[in-house]
Amino acid sequence: MSNRKIIIEWALGVYEDLHFTAARETLSQNPNLKAVGFLPVYAPREVIVASSMLPVGIYGGGDQIEIIRGDAYYQSYICHLPRSVIELAQSDRLDFLSAVLFPSTCDVIRNLSGMWQVMYPDLYVRYLDLPHVRDPEVGGKFWERELRTLIDKLGEVSGHRASDDDLRAAIHLYNEVRWVIRELYRARSAEPWRLPTEELYLLLRAGEVVAPELFLDKARAYLEAIHEDSPPMKDRSRVIVVGTFCEQPPLGLIKTIERAGCWIVDDDLLIGNRMLTRDVQTQGDPVANLAEAFILHSEKTSVLYEPDPDGKKTLMAQRVRAAKADGIIFAAPSFCDPALLDRPMLRSGAEEAGIPCIAFKYAENTGQFQQFREQAGTFSDSIKLWGGS
Amino acid sequence: MATDSADSVVQKDRSMVLQKNMIAEHFKRLERAPESGEPVVYTFVPGNLTELIRSFDALPLLPEINALQSGMRGKSKDYIAEAERAGHSEDVCTYVKCDIGMLKSGNIGPTGTKLPKPDLLLLSYTGCYTFMKWFELLREEYDCPTVFLQIPYQGDGELEPEHRKYIVDQIEADLIPAMEKISGKKYDEDKLKHHLGLAAEAEDDLVAVLHSAKNRPSPIDSYFGGVYYVGPIFSAFRGTEEGVEYYRELRKEVEARVAAGLGPVTPDGSLDEQDYRLVVEGPPNWTSFREFWRMFSEEKAVVVASTYTKVGGTYDLGFRHDPSDPLGTMADYCGGCYTNLNMPSRIDMLVNYIKDYSADGFVINSVKSCNSFSAGQLMMLREVEKRTGVPGAFIESDLVDPRYFSAANIKNRLESYLQMIDARRQRTAS
Repeated sequence: MSNRKIIIEWALGVYEDLHFTAARETLSQNPNLKAVGFLPVYAPREVIVASSMLPVGIYGGGDQIEIIRGDAYYQSYICHLPRSVIELAQSDRLDFLSAVLFPSTCDVIRNLSGMWQVMYPDLYVRYLDLPHVRDPEVGGKFWERELRTLIDKLGEVSGHRASDDDLRAAIHLYNEVRWVIRELYRARSAEPWRLPTEELYLLLRAGEVVAPELFLDKARAYLEAIHEDSPPMKDRSRVIVVGTFCEQPPLGLIKTIERAGCWIVDDDLLIGNRMLTRDVQTQGDPVANLAEAFILHSEKTSVLYEPDPDGKKTLMAQRVRAAKADGIIFAAPSFCDPALLDRPMLRSGAEEAGIPCIAFKYAENTGQFQQFREQAGTFSDSIKLWGGS
Repeated sequence: MATDSADSVVQKDRSMVLQKNMIAEHFKRLERAPESGEPVVYTFVPGNLTELIRSFDALPLLPEINALQSGMRGKSKDYIAEAERAGHSEDVCTYVKCDIGMLKSGNIGPTGTKLPKPDLLLLSYTGCYTFMKWFELLREEYDCPTVFLQIPYQGDGELEPEHRKYIVDQIEADLIPAMEKISGKKYDEDKLKHHLGLAAEAEDDLVAVLHSAKNRPSPIDSYFGGVYYVGPIFSAFRGTEEGVEYYRELRKEVEARVAAGLGPVTPDGSLDEQDYRLVVEGPPNWTSFREFWRMFSEEKAVVVASTYTKVGGTYDLGFRHDPSDPLGTMADYCGGCYTNLNMPSRIDMLVNYIKDYSADGFVINSVKSCNSFSAGQLMMLREVEKRTGVPGAFIESDLVDPRYFSAANIKNRLESYLQMIDARRQRTAS
């Protein structure tokens, strides 16, 4: 079996394992290590690692878990993600976590933080209020204070308060992680047939629940292996998939889009792993550096306020240009406020710029892909016939 | 919050007339604003900084109020359809779609007057994610500045000192300069203090009104009537002389009802005989408001406390605007609004209401539109039941989308619930 296949099979195994065996094994091999879960979209993983803890991304159960208890917590008009997160917890699959962080992604995740406080009173739970004000002296200082509080609190949980050197080492490590993710995205955009999104996604999903060092090894090896036995080049339309930053689409949907005739050349999948778009400084005050990086150099996403009045209007055209894409697929989870409220602004900007768009909704447990195949296939055909952006 | 529908109530107290006139005059001023030059500031109810806006002689305008009024006046259905035709998802907040639809249909406000364009969009980001998108959407329609005021969530059950500082920093660095620019006036701290003092005065009277529901019979309905009572203080009139007068008058009327042993005024008259004392969580449905209220009043059920009437401030928990610390007190106010409280605090509040107001039960009205309220309410139901031993009822509707109001369903659930309370009483008595 080729290296590429070995790596992807490993990633698939990690992705499908809803008992988080890889994370549990890491903990059992390192008795002093504790695990911190975090929900989408962004949590400062550097702080977690510097506190001698393992960051574990909690993205629900996808289409692999039957919801038995989770539905009792939510009305039909709430998205699917929190149901499966509760299902994972209530079935003891998250019992290895010592703390859980709930970033300010939306009101559902916000309220889930309080539900966790009630349901698991012995666990450390923190709501992470990400800064929306982009003035370093106001929003930056706020986020810096939040990070310092988090450092103190995680230190109490782990028994190891992160020192500045710990933080610098973690920043260095995550600069490497972000670099390799950027390289993967760059490589996919350049030659998408060599790096299908199905594989890239599996690798990145695995990276959310294993130690960052292990992910780095696998990702570097994969980058080297993509020329070994890549699938043949195919003439397909190049698309960006927008709106998939929180509740993740099932793997089958990602496969369907590409098999229907589209190459995904940019996306919002797991965007928290590359939220900081530049390397964080390792010299000087590491907490201030992390705060500054977020304020000045974070991805534009629906979960953060857009200070530029033209920002929403122009964002899609910028992304399409950067990715040399032909069109945009707006794929939002049902009942997802951030993605669905943003969509009219983003879509009208894209259409004004002459970019072909389609839109659909999914849930993490969507099991039928025929309609998506038809939509994506027709979209690709129309781009071929009448041209893209 | 209902602010101008005093017409819909059978009996008119002086406070109702006052409120109606205040609202009418406010919307007339808003209509004249392009000519009079009074700056108009769009902002939200939770975390509204009315005293600061007024201190610059500017006029606040609150899109949620317009949306709920459109719902009460039967216009929201068409507005929502208009927004959905323009690409807004059926899954998202109907307040937003109603507002966008109203804008696209000529921007005629609740009193039939044309609403002015904003000079400033003051996005007080308090307790609701959707607010952020709402003003990003409105910003595309108006050529005016936007100030984003981030109010940190009370994730650990309190407004932490660094969160308070963050709010004050933003007011100083962003909001005050923006207000100075649109009004052409310098920030006047003494004037702000004056408005804050007036706010505290009205808040005292409002709390006395809310606490009056501890009496038997309760002289007020704290939910259906409550939304009228909080109207002025949650919208444009906190910190104004008119607001003070309104609440002074309201308190007098309520105290007179207590003395006379009377219940609240409902769509069908005075509810003096009260068989059920209930606490309600969640916003009301506005499109069938009277019908919804009647389902309770016909069963002789009175609401003695509600959480929705705290979205614009938790005065009954002790908060008062403090003129001696003008910016700090505004930060405290914003941080303490109901939807900015974490789930354990919200559960505590319901538990305390049930005990303090000697309630027989509690009802959660879960609205499809509002994840800030609705996500987690099923767990709240179980927790409150567990801690109080009082069973709860769970009903579902929407804010302003009439498609999601199923009268028969809600009535059935409510009646069954009240029968359950009766059965418990009989068991306890025997």
